[in-house]
Amino acid sequence: MLEIKNLVVNIEDKRILNGLSLTVNDGEVAAIMGPNGSGKSTLSYVIAGKEDYEVLDGEILLDGENILEMEADARAAAGIFLAFQYPLEIPGVGTMTFLKAAMNAQRKTRGEDELTTPDFMRQVFAAADKLEINREMLKRALNVGFSGGEKKRMEILQMALLSPRFCVLDETDSGLDIDALRIVSEGVNALRAQNRSFLVITHYQRLLNHIVPDTVHVMAQGRVVKSGGKELALELEASGYAEYRANEAA
Amino acid sequence: MPAVQETVDRVRAIDVDQYKYGFETTIEMEKSEKGISEDVIRFISAKKDEPEWMLEWRLDAYRRWLTMKEPNWARVEYDKINYDELYYYAAPKRKAAQSLDEIDPEILKTYEKLGIPLREVEVLEGIAPERRVAVDAVFDSVSVATTFKAELAKAGVIFMPISEALREHPELVRKYLGSVVPVTDNYFATLNSAVFSDGSFVYIPPGVRCPMELSTYFRINERDTGQFERTLIIADKGSYVSYLEGCTAPKRDDNQLHAAVVELVALDDAEIKYSTVQNWYPGDAEGRGGIYNFVTKRGDCRGANSKISWTQVETGSAITWKYPSCILRGDNSRGEFYSIAVSNGMQQVDSGTKMIHLGKNTTSRIISKGISAGRSQNTYRGLVSAHKKAKGARNFTNCDSLLIGDQCGAHTVPYIESKNASAVFEHEATTSKISEDQKFYCLQRGLSEEEATALIVNGFVRDVLQQLPMEFAVEAQKLISISLEGSVG
Repeated sequence: MLEIKNLVVNIEDKRILNGLSLTVNDGEVAAIMGPNGSGKSTLSYVIAGKEDYEVLDGEILLDGENILEMEADARAAAGIFLAFQYPLEIPGVGTMTFLKAAMNAQRKTRGEDELTTPDFMRQVFAAADKLEINREMLKRALNVGFSGGEKKRMEILQMALLSPRFCVLDETDSGLDIDALRIVSEGVNALRAQNRSFLVITHYQRLLNHIVPDTVHVMAQGRVVKSGGKELALELEASGYAEYRANEAA
Repeated sequence: MPAVQETVDRVRAIDVDQYKYGFETTIEMEKSEKGISEDVIRFISAKKDEPEWMLEWRLDAYRRWLTMKEPNWARVEYDKINYDELYYYAAPKRKAAQSLDEIDPEILKTYEKLGIPLREVEVLEGIAPERRVAVDAVFDSVSVATTFKAELAKAGVIFMPISEALREHPELVRKYLGSVVPVTDNYFATLNSAVFSDGSFVYIPPGVRCPMELSTYFRINERDTGQFERTLIIADKGSYVSYLEGCTAPKRDDNQLHAAVVELVALDDAEIKYSTVQNWYPGDAEGRGGIYNFVTKRGDCRGANSKISWTQVETGSAITWKYPSCILRGDNSRGEFYSIAVSNGMQQVDSGTKMIHLGKNTTSRIISKGISAGRSQNTYRGLVSAHKKAKGARNFTNCDSLLIGDQCGAHTVPYIESKNASAVFEHEATTSKISEDQKFYCLQRGLSEEEATALIVNGFVRDVLQQLPMEFAVEAQKLISISLEGSVG
């Protein structure tokens, strides 16, 4: 379970999150929607532990433990995973090399043995096949020259291999065509589990037709202003964010 | 990449000022008197039992040197070297060894500690296809051991200390010595010509593919001693050789001078692959001590279709002044230069290459990766030129610099001269910083900050590491991470 309590965050003296509270239960898929500039991406970075964000108040508890005191790599080992909106390219580093380094780094932090190469290969190939990622792509340098869709599939592949407790998907649908959206969504749906929860950040209802959320939260001005079931997303699709923008202006 | 984990562990295990090879060997040495003079040169020549012409050659170089000025165009700053305060010859007192059993055990121990095998390990047939490397070990001014000589001799390969070659194959040495780097080439090369004490000599006969990799391992041990080795490699028609060079020195507070000359000659259809892992003591974090490395390395693709390839990994030395070059004289000859230069602390690197296109349809390729950290300065300086007759010459150059932290510098100084309209030269250069976003991406996947930096740096140098023989590449990868220790954060 992830609980965010009264989170207040600045970037360079500018208030981005302003007393945000949110609870995501185990096994739950929560969607966050909201207009541009409402602080959605900041929320994802603060959960993952990116520097440059000044947390002035509040807590983020993963199963009762405040992760704000942990470094980004420790949070990853504790089970936080962020699927980036813009995955980074790492020139010269083979995708397989990166995957192995990441999996073993987390295992080490948790006091587990390193994966043997055959085990590693089996796991990667099985997960890659489900996401229609071919062997050729696995041989290339990580994300270098990948199309938008390939990058997003690579994020989901990493999510599958690292078996996180809490996944944040930051606008994973941006830049995806219909086919890629389907593959990525199926990949995420396959990972839904009792002991794993998701925070799906998106502008559009479209993604939520594929990844059907349990709860929908609307963010504006750095806090959650409305929560509801999956039908809330449909309402938003019909009415737009005008109401919340009006709030902003007011 | 298991090496990443290994390097991280190693980096953690040592603190900033530690240089793994910084120990000193206590051993009785015989030295020339301090300073340089005709007498000292006569002394060195007599010690080596050299032919008369060699002594004359040295004296001629010395007289030239006296008229020359130390070059100052490189982007390096250092206190003036006092050439009268150096020892130009230092050798272990024990007489030259005929077998390993006669070598001073302290020296054997030294090389053991450095991980250099001087004992020829028996390779059992059918088991473990172990790669064997023949080693020439140079300790201060003399070669102390050369392994696998007998087996190489069977293939007709000559691999021995140059001092020995001067006695046993004077005609070969005389024919080629100074034919690539002339006595008057530059201040440091001329000094080397006057006082060089040892180094390796390699001759590969026509049509022979050298049956194993050859390697020379240089160790400066003695205090206040300059090391001036001379390496000469000749690949006769249609032959092939791969040669590795490694170097280390003890940690000392004062600077030591290393001024080597390496000459390569490739005749028709021959190929020489020369790899260096330079790990001289770089000085401490404040810039005290360290080796001044002023080296002249040049290969002559003298024959048609010949090929010379330089690969270097430079991590050590307080100052590096080094431009391994290729003269592409033979038609269709090819020169390659692959370089990784890592600087940290207060190190200063001014390194690069020259590709001189003289023959028709000659090609060259330059891949240079500079990594600067700490307060170091790292300069790539390169020349690509095409002579009037170099019809169809082609060069591709790629210089990438990576900065770690914000107190270091990277500089690229390319010179391009073409006197032939059909020449095609391409130059690409990039400078990048390890981005915070890249690092965060790695951390988010669970890698530590050190692991993330090691991974990104390894990716950056990958295309050069691939040029190195495998075991060497693994070593080099570790070395790069160790050199960058303390640069993270």
